[in-house]
Amino acid sequence: MSSQMSIIKRVEGRGLVLPGNDIDTDQIIPARFLRAITFAGLGEQVFRDERFDENGAPRPHPFNDERYHGAEILIVNTNFGCGSSREHAPQALLRFGIKAIVGESFAEIFAGNCAGIGLVVATMARPLVVDLQARVQRDPLLPLLVDIENLLFGCADERFPLAMNEAARAALLGGTWDSLEQLRRDDAAIERVHRRLPPFSTLLNADGQPL
Amino acid sequence: MGKSLFDKVWDEHKVAALSETRDQLFIALHLVHEVTSPQAFQALRERGLPVKYPERTVATVDHIVPTEQQLVRPYGDSLAEEMLQALENNTRVFGLPFFGLDSAAQGIVHIIGPENGLTQPGMTIACGDSHTSTHGAFGAVAFGIGTSQVRDVLATQTLALERLQVRRIDVVGRRGLGVYAKDIILKIIATLGVKGGIGYAYEYGGPVIEALSMEERMTVCNMSIEGGARAGYINPDQTTFDYLQGRPFVPAGDDFAAAVRRWQAMTSDDDADYADRVTIDITGMAPQLTWGINPGQVTGIDEPLPEPDNCAEEERDGVRKAYEHMGFRPGRRLAGEPVDVAFVGSCTNGRLADFRAAATILKGRRVAPGVRALAVPGSRSVKRRAEEEGLDEIFRAAGFDWREPGCSLCLAMNPDKLSGRQLCASSSNRNFIGRQGAPLGRTLLMSPAMVAAAAVAGEVADVRDFLEGPR
Ligand code: SF4
Repeated sequence: MSSQMSIIKRVEGRGLVLPGNDIDTDQIIPARFLRAITFAGLGEQVFRDERFDENGAPRPHPFNDERYHGAEILIVNTNFGCGSSREHAPQALLRFGIKAIVGESFAEIFAGNCAGIGLVVATMARPLVVDLQARVQRDPLLPLLVDIENLLFGCADERFPLAMNEAARAALLGGTWDSLEQLRRDDAAIERVHRRLPPFSTLLNADGQPL
Repeated sequence: MGKSLFDKVWDEHKVAALSETRDQLFIALHLVHEVTSPQAFQALRERGLPVKYPERTVATVDHIVPTEQQLVRPYGDSLAEEMLQALENNTRVFGLPFFGLDSAAQGIVHIIGPENGLTQPGMTIACGDSHTSTHGAFGAVAFGIGTSQVRDVLATQTLALERLQVRRIDVVGRRGLGVYAKDIILKIIATLGVKGGIGYAYEYGGPVIEALSMEERMTVCNMSIEGGARAGYINPDQTTFDYLQGRPFVPAGDDFAAAVRRWQAMTSDDDADYADRVTIDITGMAPQLTWGINPGQVTGIDEPLPEPDNCAEEERDGVRKAYEHMGFRPGRRLAGEPVDVAFVGSCTNGRLADFRAAATILKGRRVAPGVRALAVPGSRSVKRRAEEEGLDEIFRAAGFDWREPGCSLCLAMNPDKLSGRQLCASSSNRNFIGRQGAPLGRTLLMSPAMVAAAAVAGEVADVRDFLEGPR
């Protein structure tokens, strides 16, 4: 949440394959880790209940897999991030070290939350995603590239078409993904809409009546 | 071509176009709660910004509050105490109205908005909670947002958003015995899929929807998000206006008549242009419930569970994973499956009508031995009115715990949790793995009356066996 504008044109790194459809934000970060007033420390708890059993012993899970250690590009399937609107989910992934997520499709609030914190979300056709997942599973050291400017996905020397939400892409390329500065540009325009709308107030007067 | 309510509301609240696809949208009402706001307030502090329109903001506490000994502070649970104090402090420092624990208006954020008349037709409403779609029942355009967006609304009262497309969903047919609003929305989600609504706002209409009470409409709109739709709404009509009249924040007298005229003008035109139209016929539909681990894995109480091989290819993995987690077998029926916990509550089904419906089943009956049964009113006002009607007595006499208001077992951020592999008949909205606080816990979503029937039977039961009338 810093006010610094930063332009994001590409993400390079290794891949982390997380297969499965409809992976919801309760799985990404269980609700009990929302019991805090900062986002600090969320990275360690990402997929907590999938990664560890009831006694805290690690289970086989891509996020525990040594071979993916240090990976920055998460590769998922359909409807990733469905369910609760908690921004804690993308925050946890970002803090784990994920900088871009590529998949078949994403839940809307989740994708919007990613866009607002500069976490890149891009989609590819199903056959490409499935093929890519298999290749990265075979060779986790493959160098990958998410090229936001040219809408290309790179895997070693090959390039594949990538799709992105146009507004999110423009915001990354323009360094305006942190929307607050953009929204604060024209106070007068905001005030005009405020005044145009019917009078409304949640505040109460001394008698406990709405103002 | 005419315009939909969604487009009319959007145009009225549009501040500016930010890019070709993204608009700056004014938010008429911002609802705030303790879980998704502390980082947003912190961001304001770091930048030295005030809350731009405190009069368009209201906060309450619901997710983390215990439902027993709610007023005994400080809480033994230090994290809950810290979160509550943070909100108390933030609302004081930033000068925001706060319906805290000392307020008769406290409750689940999506219940107190409507019951106080804060939620009104034609508004844009945002809240850091995905079930903000509930408020669409009044013909508001209402959606959940993330914490960075909560910050944006606090600081500017606006959001950077893309316009959604509108899908019109007409629900037609005859509503059978034991079929409630919950059954209707579960059917819609099962029909259109959990991703069917991505990119859409759902406009619900047709004779079945028009005949629903406001409380039922809220149940339907509440679960739009489970169908992937960020917003869902119903055009306001006389039912809406009757519900609103006389509520604290609704204009009174001549102003009310003027407000109704404005609200009427906001409804969708008869020839409105929809991106898509769907008709769902509920004639002959049995009570519905989920059997799996996402809200689209729905079955009728009289239907066998699906064979994975008969499911669409892209669903098969999810279906197999669901069987693995739930321990059910394809082809069998859920009726007769023993339940451990019964929960009536949440922003989906925690309103007075929901407790009345459950009480109809519970009256003169007892919860089966070994079943832990929890009734958690959605707000202080719901609790008070239920008690005035004597509903609490019916619940208690049946063997339910009658609790203080809050989100409770809907997401288990307070002490109300499942343990081990417990199976819970729940009137809430999400059956994701771990949602009710135990990684191995299992959730069956159903109507409050079906929950009551399961509690009494000690197993999944057909609520129609407890009701009189033609099916
Ligand atoms: S009752 Fe459940 S879904 Fe509703 S606001 Fe509370 S936690 Fe969210």
